[in-house]
Amino acid sequence: MRPMTITEKILAKHAGKKSVTPGELINAKVDIALGNDITAPIAIKEFRKIGAKKVFNRNKVVLVPDHFTPNKDIKSAEQCKILREFAHEQKISHYYDGGDAGVEHALLPEQGVVVPGDIVIGADSHTCTYGGLGAFSTGVGSTDLAAAMITGELWFKVPETIKFVFKGKLNKWVTGKDLILHIIGDIGVDGALYRAMEFTGKAIERLSMDSRLSMCNMAIEAGAKSGIIIPDAVTEAYVKPRAERKYKFYTSDPDAEYAQVIEYDCSKIEPKVAFPHLPENTRNISDVGKVRIDQVVIGSCTNGRFEDLEVAAKLLKGKKVSDHVRLIIIPATPKIYSEAMDKGFFKTFMSAGAIISPPTCGPCLGGHMGILAEGEKALTTTNRNFVGRMGHPKSEVYLANPAVAAATAVKGIIAHPDEMVKRKK
Amino acid sequence: MKFKGNAWKFGSDIDTDKIIPAVYLTTTDPKELAKNCMEHEDPKFAPNVKKGDVIVADKNFGCGSSREHAPIAIKGCGISCVIAPSFARIFYRNSFNMGLPILECDGIFKVTKPGDTIEVDMDSGTVTNVTRKKSFVASPVPPFMQELVKSGGLMKSIKKRGLV
Repeated sequence: MRPMTITEKILAKHAGKKSVTPGELINAKVDIALGNDITAPIAIKEFRKIGAKKVFNRNKVVLVPDHFTPNKDIKSAEQCKILREFAHEQKISHYYDGGDAGVEHALLPEQGVVVPGDIVIGADSHTCTYGGLGAFSTGVGSTDLAAAMITGELWFKVPETIKFVFKGKLNKWVTGKDLILHIIGDIGVDGALYRAMEFTGKAIERLSMDSRLSMCNMAIEAGAKSGIIIPDAVTEAYVKPRAERKYKFYTSDPDAEYAQVIEYDCSKIEPKVAFPHLPENTRNISDVGKVRIDQVVIGSCTNGRFEDLEVAAKLLKGKKVSDHVRLIIIPATPKIYSEAMDKGFFKTFMSAGAIISPPTCGPCLGGHMGILAEGEKALTTTNRNFVGRMGHPKSEVYLANPAVAAATAVKGIIAHPDEMVKRKK
Repeated sequence: MKFKGNAWKFGSDIDTDKIIPAVYLTTTDPKELAKNCMEHEDPKFAPNVKKGDVIVADKNFGCGSSREHAPIAIKGCGISCVIAPSFARIFYRNSFNMGLPILECDGIFKVTKPGDTIEVDMDSGTVTNVTRKKSFVASPVPPFMQELVKSGGLMKSIKKRGLV
């Protein structure tokens, strides 16, 4: 049998085949089909239009109203209502509303809804996040979601894989977010177009699950179909207490074929900042220069997890946010929110002068909860810095990790986290 | 299938926030979405685009979010076809699934000026800039996708297969 990558093995298994080859078109069963308050209403419309009566499995369809929630206006409230009524009618078991709702790609791994070895499709481009667990997951559109909700399967073109090898040890303050920004800066926003990205190497093995999820989250920003990390002991420790279903660890064969292998020396990787208006415009934090910032956002499906808030709290303790900066902190799920509160992070954040938002995608896509005016600049831990992404078309978004974000909030200009620590001495 | 229309030109990496900013995603109505299509990139586009016009863009068209509102907005504007050297994969999938004709074609972008007359023959994959008298051959649409288009999109194709 031909040696396969982890991605090929998961696809083959779900297509009922012994092996698959890149380029091959397959129909594969999906374990989870996900939609949100922006994409699911179109899927539900298609579902009804074609005369479908029941979803293929009420436990495998997941609906999370998270983008414009808590409802930002009447129109978004109407969209959420479509989801709510459909979820009740179909008795969807994984429907998260009100105080149960969180940012979907933080929520699903946390709740054990997605497990290693799964195929997950989601009508949201950041569905690729679950590769951090060793699942094949990819973003699709609403019509694809409708088809998967009815049939439980979907067509895929088996992607080629690019392997990224991270050698050596990570420098201080460098996280999964910086590694993925480093890659995107290197290969460009279409550098992995139509392909799967496999992240390997000693540095990846040492990455926490939060960091792995945030790294795979941004595979789409390189144009990739998916990003994946081979599951290991870190995965097992994370998944075991929360998995709702049986899971399976797949791995790549040592002689599997890759379209490309790219190696990086971690000793040369600093915290990164992506300048407007594409995630590929990355610079080392030491090369940023003086950029005055009006707003800092710490949150999103990329960096709104516990570890992200923890590092922000550590750096913000006893500090004040610069008087010309609005710092908005968005714990990504109710659980993260509650844990951050229990750990006393909220007290630190509020003493520093930060705003704490309920879980939502909110400002990341310019929805609500922190929109920028003309000429304003934001440094955020989110994933996209396209023109007008967070508000006015003449505003600017800079992407970075949570430690850089916290330091920037205090300094008022894009700042290295070291600057905060040094001052203490 | 043949189209003939005037060209609207856009650059590389046109993301879905440019095609339809997120703030307008509170509706799924094609006509509503069409009103704000490309508004930051070219404010003259939505008010002036005519039925049958063609978008000629550079690489990686439609990158970013999975919002199907993007191809819906473009189709809602009356655009008959989008031609670019490459498309972001979710946009590519969405376009076929919801019935917006798109073609991967090298060369046409360089020779085309806004307003040129473009002729597209989907069956032979020939793209002609009538104004400049230059023709190019697009990458063939995979047979599987052609079937999808012939069936009238993904939903009709699953109905045809008796899966609903």
